[in-house]
Amino acid sequence: MHTYLDFEKPIAELEGKIEELRHLAGSGDINIADEVARLQTKIERLIRQAYAKLTPWQKAQVARHPNRPHTVDYLKGLIEDFTPLAGDRLFAEDRAIIGGLGRFKGSSVVVMGHEKGSDTDERVKHNFGMARPEGYRKAQRLMKLADRFQIPVLTFVDTPGAYPGVDAEARGQAEAIARSIDTCLSLKVPLVSTVIGEGGSGGAIALATADCVLMLEHAIYSVISPEGCASILWRDGEQAKTAAEALRLTAQDLMRLGVIDEVIAEPIGGAHRDRDATVRAVGESIEKQLRKLGNHDPDTLKSHRRQKFLEMGQNSL
Amino acid sequence: MNWLTNFVRPKLRGLVGPKEIPENLWHACPSCNQMIFHRDLEKNLRVCQHCGHHMRLEVKQRLEMMFDEGAWQTIELPKALPDPLKFRDRKRYSERLKESQAKTGRDDALLVAHGTMGGIKVVIAAFDFAFMGGSMGAAVGEGLLAGARLAVMQEAPYIVIPSSGGARMQEGIVSLMQMARTTIAVEEVRDAGLPFIVVFTDPTTGGVSASFAMLGDVHIAEPGSVIGFAGARVIEQTIREKLPEGFQRAEYLLEHGMVDMVVPRKDLKQTVVRVLELLVNPGPMAQVVSLSGDGGKLAVVEHEEKSDASTTD
Repeated sequence: MHTYLDFEKPIAELEGKIEELRHLAGSGDINIADEVARLQTKIERLIRQAYAKLTPWQKAQVARHPNRPHTVDYLKGLIEDFTPLAGDRLFAEDRAIIGGLGRFKGSSVVVMGHEKGSDTDERVKHNFGMARPEGYRKAQRLMKLADRFQIPVLTFVDTPGAYPGVDAEARGQAEAIARSIDTCLSLKVPLVSTVIGEGGSGGAIALATADCVLMLEHAIYSVISPEGCASILWRDGEQAKTAAEALRLTAQDLMRLGVIDEVIAEPIGGAHRDRDATVRAVGESIEKQLRKLGNHDPDTLKSHRRQKFLEMGQNSL
Repeated sequence: MNWLTNFVRPKLRGLVGPKEIPENLWHACPSCNQMIFHRDLEKNLRVCQHCGHHMRLEVKQRLEMMFDEGAWQTIELPKALPDPLKFRDRKRYSERLKESQAKTGRDDALLVAHGTMGGIKVVIAAFDFAFMGGSMGAAVGEGLLAGARLAVMQEAPYIVIPSSGGARMQEGIVSLMQMARTTIAVEEVRDAGLPFIVVFTDPTTGGVSASFAMLGDVHIAEPGSVIGFAGARVIEQTIREKLPEGFQRAEYLLEHGMVDMVVPRKDLKQTVVRVLELLVNPGPMAQVVSLSGDGGKLAVVEHEEKSDASTTD
């Protein structure tokens, strides 16, 4: 079952019509090819139009689309010999962040990312991509492992935010995030992050204080969710649409602000309409960036990374 | 901060502004409801004499109590781009900024000062909660970096006293980036081999707690301060149950291993001084233990010259 977003209603209706025609054709011998082709062209035009000018709020919906490729899909599509590693060695294994060792285009990498899950069971298992301190501490452990063996680190960001729960607070959610940022900044190996869906606040930057931050065309990255911002600043959760605009959370705005380094184009109609092509495009961009970073010696890498963040905030919209 | 804002503005305000008459000579303690005479409250550093409840301290009073003889010098902080997003909610962010600047007489929510504590040269960066809830945007980030660099330059310990709800939403992603930038500030102090002390005051939450504040060498918290990542309301809505008693209070964090000690305000300065002395004045007995070549036997290398014949030629 395909999930249609609110603004995709006209597209859904046309696709429904095609489905009906096919059903009819199956029972008789009516020639529907011409009609289907005509509708198909119309659908393509509608999709192209809708996705050419998505509003920030629509982008938020696309970024959270259930069929959008998740971290597991990038691991499957891009990483050979993926060997999952588990646990923070302190308390537990947190499946909201998955990661391990693997081979990317022939070279060893340590790879990790938030995983949201794609059906109800999976979502519960991965806690909807909302990590607890254990998740961030596992991430730190894996990054340090990479550092010790001089292996580049790839991270995929896709989280509504760090998990807001009593247990998470009790075990030091704030410290875990702070220490992850600290660990990102201390690495002497290349660190490339890709925001593939939702970059939710501290939970996102914990994995994304990187040499190079890539972002998919319709992904979002923000200090707070539009809903959260609306309920605090407008005292009205219904104002999420307005908040999404004010927050400047789109890849295009973040590029102009100098917060990210590259916007990766998505297939027409969004990543969920051609998952394989999206994964391939992300792979190509990561490879390009890794090659560039490979020319630096370990100390230069680290000092450039710091310098990059220190210089941030000079651009305004 | 300059001559105009520091000197002329307050003077003008003194002439035309409303005279500061204590509205009420008696204050009710928000915790135990007992009445406190305003002079007693100030003398007691805004701690209730009946129940020990710590009320928020104005940032100037905070610095006064920390520095020797209540004397310090603030530094002018580098300017950050104001309103990078041209943000507007029900009001323009640029207007909110102006209002807070007028209310507090400060450019933003951070004050960086240097002076001595117990005779030790220190740099203190203190948050002003009255300025948009002490929230952290680019200006606060710049200020924390400037403080770190001053500390490194003066080879002085760096003390940060947060009182902040977290990242400043009106600066969007730019405020989130301050989490990385202020972590770099901590790393610069650490790389210079200097102590970084965090004094948690009420509240220290969100992006502030999840960056530099939780990276101190020593964490000291004031009693009852709210310290945590997620807001209590958000957690309550997520888990749909009542939060445990004392949740996210300083004592709870002590219990859970996130702060080293909870120290009443009256003992705060002497505690910080004692920690600093122990860290920066290790004394003649401090020894460096190293592994010698002969079968891994532990050898003690004394700091003092000629104290051990075997280490001299």
